[in-house]
Amino acid sequence: MSPEHAPLRSGPRVAVLVSVGRHPVTGRPRRADQDARAVELALGLEQADTRLLHAGRHDDDSDSALRGYLGMGFDSLELIEQNADADVVPALVEALRTQSPRLVLTGAHAETGEGSGMLPWLLAEALGWPVVGGLAAIEKIERDTATLLQALPRGRRRRLRVRLPFVATVDQSAAPARQSAFGPARRGGFEAVAKESRADELQAVWQVAPARKRPARLKVVKSGSARDRFKAAAAKSGGGGGKVLEDATPDQGAEAIMALLREEGVLR
Amino acid sequence: MSDLDLSSAVRRDPRREWILRNRLHPEHAALAATGAASPAEWLGPNGVTRRDPRAVGFIGPNGIRRIDRSGAQHGAGATPGARAAAADNRQRIEIDDPAFVIAVVPDLPGGRLSSHDRDLLGLARRLADADPTAPGAVVAITFGEHRESDFGGAGVDRLLSLSGERFSGYAPEARLAALGSVEQELTPRHWLLPDSTLGGGELGRRLAARLGERPATGVWQLETAADSDSGWRCTARGAAGSSDIVRPLPRMVLALAECAEPVSDTLHAARPLEAAHSLPEGLARIEDLGEIAIDPAEVALAEAEFVLSAGNGIRDWDGYHDAARTLGAAEGASRVAVDNGFMPRNRQVGATGTWVSARVYIAVGISGAVQHLQGIERCDKVIAINLDPNCDMVKRADLAVIGDAEAILATLAERVAAWRAEQETRHVA
Repeated sequence: MSPEHAPLRSGPRVAVLVSVGRHPVTGRPRRADQDARAVELALGLEQADTRLLHAGRHDDDSDSALRGYLGMGFDSLELIEQNADADVVPALVEALRTQSPRLVLTGAHAETGEGSGMLPWLLAEALGWPVVGGLAAIEKIERDTATLLQALPRGRRRRLRVRLPFVATVDQSAAPARQSAFGPARRGGFEAVAKESRADELQAVWQVAPARKRPARLKVVKSGSARDRFKAAAAKSGGGGGKVLEDATPDQGAEAIMALLREEGVLR
Repeated sequence: MSDLDLSSAVRRDPRREWILRNRLHPEHAALAATGAASPAEWLGPNGVTRRDPRAVGFIGPNGIRRIDRSGAQHGAGATPGARAAAADNRQRIEIDDPAFVIAVVPDLPGGRLSSHDRDLLGLARRLADADPTAPGAVVAITFGEHRESDFGGAGVDRLLSLSGERFSGYAPEARLAALGSVEQELTPRHWLLPDSTLGGGELGRRLAARLGERPATGVWQLETAADSDSGWRCTARGAAGSSDIVRPLPRMVLALAECAEPVSDTLHAARPLEAAHSLPEGLARIEDLGEIAIDPAEVALAEAEFVLSAGNGIRDWDGYHDAARTLGAAEGASRVAVDNGFMPRNRQVGATGTWVSARVYIAVGISGAVQHLQGIERCDKVIAINLDPNCDMVKRADLAVIGDAEAILATLAERVAAWRAEQETRHVA
């Protein structure tokens, strides 16, 4: 796992696209949670030659956040310098074409800016590669194909076989990232590459504000009868109505619970 | 009225009604005695329901007429016409010659429209019906088999069902190719998809990248704006939900749940639409190998479907762990059980722990502190096993069993094991 051996590795080349995150409460720059999970996933691959790639502006804030990724066990991070308002997709496509990794991992959404989650899909479209969303784990990588686990709701998993090279997005269901170590984070360096940055003009007309709380939806009872409307308005919310089995033998109690479990279909 | 059959048509006899109103008429008594003379409730000439207060209700114990408004009393006396009106008074809308098309791709989890899908169709209706002189048509595109019968009630004018083996399971590439051909055929003014993690959110982003459209993602509000090209402006969540972006509505929209009110008082045609071209056959680079069996104990507590949670009422912890294994439930715990060292901290449910969203939550020996009840707010069914019938958990529970928790749990585990064995033998046979 020590970073000095990275170039000697015989496994597939993996590129992890990382971004500058923002802490949801304090608003401080940090490594983006989903991107850090993607890095963790790449570190779990045996013998993989993993490289970190970031496109954006290099300043004090982004420096501290990007060093968080270096602290997970990397010597360097390739940094494509772009303006703050730039569309980074063309620059990233170009960089990935020259690097030609077998596998590109990234988080599903950015934590700053538009955060539309379009980047992986746009990259894959430009490169002509398949994309998989919601990656939970990589089971094995063979010569031309990889076997993956995709996260479904309720902790379920689906097994997929995908042709290499491909792009995969990682969200909350992947394993949480390891802690970033301070020493390696300080010692790591950036390989800065200057690339022409194309401004994203559409964003200029947008008005961005801190998120407002969404209004709660009113429960409107559409009923012909005044009595029904009154009952709905006067009804107490929640509470009560449950069945209580008092003085039941353990047998009767278990029977009632069993019936409910089977009705809900949770017993497999 | 031509489509109504003869028996339900209201036939009036004006002379008879006149005699019934006139109590001095020589034939009045005879006619009134024949019964069913005047219905208790009928539809007046202006479409207003009229009721005869003398014909409804019953005579109470002290001789006074009482009227029960719950409908139990006068439901039987309603005329056939009134009954038909109560059954379905939604306005039927047919759009034969739409000015434009709004394409919606609902998620259809389990083959039915989810509430998110219905909200999205409500949003599509707002866009389609903005100009009443030139209404647009909402086209819903479904993949594979569905079990939904109320597309019309949800606001769908045309239904394009794309069926075939290749859309089953996880087949984003086949679906994307099909949507690409729909784009060529119908050229919708807007594409609307639900911004859900799997399904619409993914397919919508794929489609946007393929069509070269820049989508608005996380849209939750829509308003008219004269200064934008589309005539609409939307508010979308950005930066992982921490900012609101107000922008002109683009062609492609990925909307959040509750983005609009679902359609409730109109009934649309939901006319089936045939795909004119045969759908393109593509090379599948992603192969679905099917869902895998998972150990329920490994599932993160927050997304577990079935949780067995233990509290201070448990003494026999080995028995509890056995029961959880037999039931196939994820293990949870109350704060007391964690503090006493019987369960790890990451299994704590409630404030300072995990907020669970299980479908079935069994609380064994948990009295239900407020902090714990907060954590199980989103659970569908709660079962409490407790000695104290007056505790808060029993009040919250859908089913509460009062008794010795360990004995009940052991019996339950036995029964479930027996049921499993029975299923197994049936499966083999």
